[in-house]
Amino acid sequence: MKIHEYQGKQIFQRYGIATPKGYPVFTAAEAEDAAKKLIDETKIPVVVVKAQIHAGGRGKGGGVKVVKGGPSEVKSVAEKLLGMQLVTHQTGPEGQKVQRLYVEQGLDIARELYLGLVVDREARRIAVMASTEGGVEIETVAEETPEKILIEHIDPVTGLGGFQARKLAYALDIGKNTPSPKDTIAEFVKLVTKLGALFEKEDCSLCEINPLVVTKDGKVVALDAKITFDDNASGRHKEWAELMDKAEEDPVELEAKDAGLSYVSLDGDIGCLVNGAGLAMSTMDIIKHEGGNPANFLDVGGGATKDQVKKAFSMILSSSKVKGIFVNIFGGIMKCDVIAEGVVAATKELGLKVPLVVRLEGTNVELGKQILKDSGLAIQPADTMSDGAKKIVAAVRAA
Amino acid sequence: MAILVDKNTKVLFQGITGSSGSFHAKQCIAYGTQVVAGVTPNRGGETFEAEGPDGKKVLVPVFDTVAEAVKQTGADTSCIFVPPLGAADSILEAFDAELALVVCITEGIPVTDMVRVRRTIEGRKGRLIGPNCPGIITPGACKIGIMPGHIHRVGKYGVVSKSGTLTYEAVGQLTALGMGQSTCVGIGGDPVAGLDFVDVLKLFNEDPNTEGVIMIGEIGGNAEERGAEYIGKHMKKPVAGFIAGTTAPPGKRMGHAGAIISGGKGAAKDKIAALEAAGVRVAPTPSDMGTTLKSLLK
Repeated sequence: MKIHEYQGKQIFQRYGIATPKGYPVFTAAEAEDAAKKLIDETKIPVVVVKAQIHAGGRGKGGGVKVVKGGPSEVKSVAEKLLGMQLVTHQTGPEGQKVQRLYVEQGLDIARELYLGLVVDREARRIAVMASTEGGVEIETVAEETPEKILIEHIDPVTGLGGFQARKLAYALDIGKNTPSPKDTIAEFVKLVTKLGALFEKEDCSLCEINPLVVTKDGKVVALDAKITFDDNASGRHKEWAELMDKAEEDPVELEAKDAGLSYVSLDGDIGCLVNGAGLAMSTMDIIKHEGGNPANFLDVGGGATKDQVKKAFSMILSSSKVKGIFVNIFGGIMKCDVIAEGVVAATKELGLKVPLVVRLEGTNVELGKQILKDSGLAIQPADTMSDGAKKIVAAVRAA
Repeated sequence: MAILVDKNTKVLFQGITGSSGSFHAKQCIAYGTQVVAGVTPNRGGETFEAEGPDGKKVLVPVFDTVAEAVKQTGADTSCIFVPPLGAADSILEAFDAELALVVCITEGIPVTDMVRVRRTIEGRKGRLIGPNCPGIITPGACKIGIMPGHIHRVGKYGVVSKSGTLTYEAVGQLTALGMGQSTCVGIGGDPVAGLDFVDVLKLFNEDPNTEGVIMIGEIGGNAEERGAEYIGKHMKKPVAGFIAGTTAPPGKRMGHAGAIISGGKGAAKDKIAALEAAGVRVAPTPSDMGTTLKSLLK
C-alpha cells in the first residue's frame, strides 16, 4: 500500500526526522491560507506547492511549483494543479488526477542527495541505499552509474550500526562546504538510523527520500517522502486504513482486494479466472502466445468459497472490455465443483454474452464438469491450458 | 531414495487444530505420512483424530510446545499452518527444537518478520521450505503440505517450483507421460524465504534416484539466474524449465509478494536467457513442461 508524501512526512516527524514545515490542502482557498500561515511562521517568502499523487517524477511532470509571489499566487497555482491529470514516468499515459496538495516552506538548498531503504531479497536484509545523485530518477543512476549507489545492509538483530551510517556520511561527503561539517555528519547519522528503525517498526517495503537535502546552513532535511507499506503486515497496523487514499487505487483492483481476490487489470479483451498466482500469470502468457490479449490477471487463490468465485466471475462478466472468458483451474485444495458452482451462480444473475472456455483439472473434476453440463450454459470445454487458450483466442476472433 | 523426506520422516503439525491445519493434517495422514504430533498452545493433552490410508483410525497427540512434542514423539520435521502474524514465531520455535526440516505453508507473512527469521536460522542445521508454498512430497512415501496427492506417481523425476498450481500442472503432465516423481518441492514465491533453487537443485543432483528435473520460476528477484549458474557449472542431469510472467506488466505485484518486476529487474526474458545459456531447455508454454523434460532424455 502506498501513501502520500505528506502522510509519509507526518510519520517522519514522529520519528524525529527533519522535514520542511508544510500543510496538506484540498482546495485552492485552503492552499492560500496555508501559504499565509507558513510565511508567517517561517518568515520565508518562498512556498512550494506539491501535487499529492502516488507516483514519482512529479516535479518533471509539472506537479511541483515553487511560488515566490505570496499567498495569492499560491491560490492561482493551486487552482491549476487541483483536478489536473498529472502524467509522470510512473503513472502511465493517462496520468493521475490531482486531488490533494501539500503546501510547504521553501528551503535554501546546497545539495540534493538520494536515500532509500528496500528489502534486498538476495541479501535477505533491508538495504540502505545512498547516492550523491539526488533529485533524479534513481533507476537511471542504478543503470548508468551503479558505482554511484552506496549500499549498507541492516542486521535485524543489531539494527543499523552507527559505523555504517558514518561510512555512508563520509562516502557522500555530507559535510562538504557546510558551516560545521561535524554537526552535519552527526545529523545525517541520526537521520539514517531513525529511518532504519522506522522501516522495520512501520512495516515498510520501501522508504525513499529523493531528494534528501543539505541546506546552506548545514541542516539535513527530508524534502520528499515516499513510503510503501508491506500489505502482509496490515493486520498489525490498524492505522493504515485511515492513510489509504481510495481515489489513488484502481477501483476494480480495490473491489477484488476487498473480496479476498488478487486482481490486476490489463489492457486486453480476454477475461481470465484462474487459481494460483503462477498459473494465473502463465495463463496470461499462453493467451498472448496464441495471439490473444488478456484483460486481467485474476487469482482466486487456494481456499476460495463459492461466493468468492461468484464475485470473481461477476467482475469479469460485468467488464465492458471483456470479449471472451477463459476459466483455467487446476484444483488442489480448490475443488472444481466449487469453481463450477460459482461460475454458474454468477452467470445466472448476469447472463453470458461472450464465449466461455473452461478447463478443469484436479480435485472433484468430474463433479465440476457435471455441474457445468447441467447448467445448460454454452461452454466450450478444453483438455489442457494450451487447448483452452487456442479455443478462446479463436472464439474471440470469430466474434 | 528421494530428497529431504521419505517414509521414515516423522512429522508434527504446528496449528493442527485450526481449520486448514486440521484439514490438511488429515489429508497427509490419509496419504500415508507419519504424522506423530500436533502443536497448538493451550491445547496440549488433546488428541487429534484422523484416518490412515487403510481406513484405520489414527490418533495424534497434541502438545502445547514443539519442544515437548519432539521430546515425546521424536518428530524430526514440522509443517506449519499458523496464521501469518504468528508464523515467524512458529518457524523459530521449530528451529529452536532442532528439527531437521521445517515446511511453512502460511501465506502472507510480513517480510520484515522473514528477514529476522532468516538472520536467526543462519548457520543452523535445519532447513526451511517456504513460506507461502504448497510443501513437499515424495510420492508413495510422504506428503507434507497442501498438494493433491492423487496426481503424483512414484518415479525418478524431481520438480522444484515457486508456484503451487504450476507444480501440479507439471506433475500432472509427468504422470500422464508415465514419468513418476522422486520428490516435488514447492519453495514458494515470497521475497525472503528458505531453500531456493540452488539448494534444491544440489540435492537433486546428488540424489541417485533422480534422473531429471523440472524447475519452475517466475518474475521477480534473481533466484532463477543463480539456479541457472549452478546448473551451468555443476548439474549432471537434464533440466527442463519454465518461467511464468513473460507478459506481466512492470511494477505490478502478480499475486505473490515476490512476483514483481521492479527497477527493470526480474523480467522473465532475462531468466529464460540465463537458463538457456546454462543448457536448460525452457518449455514454450506451461502445457509443455512434461514433454520438454521427456525430449531431453536419452
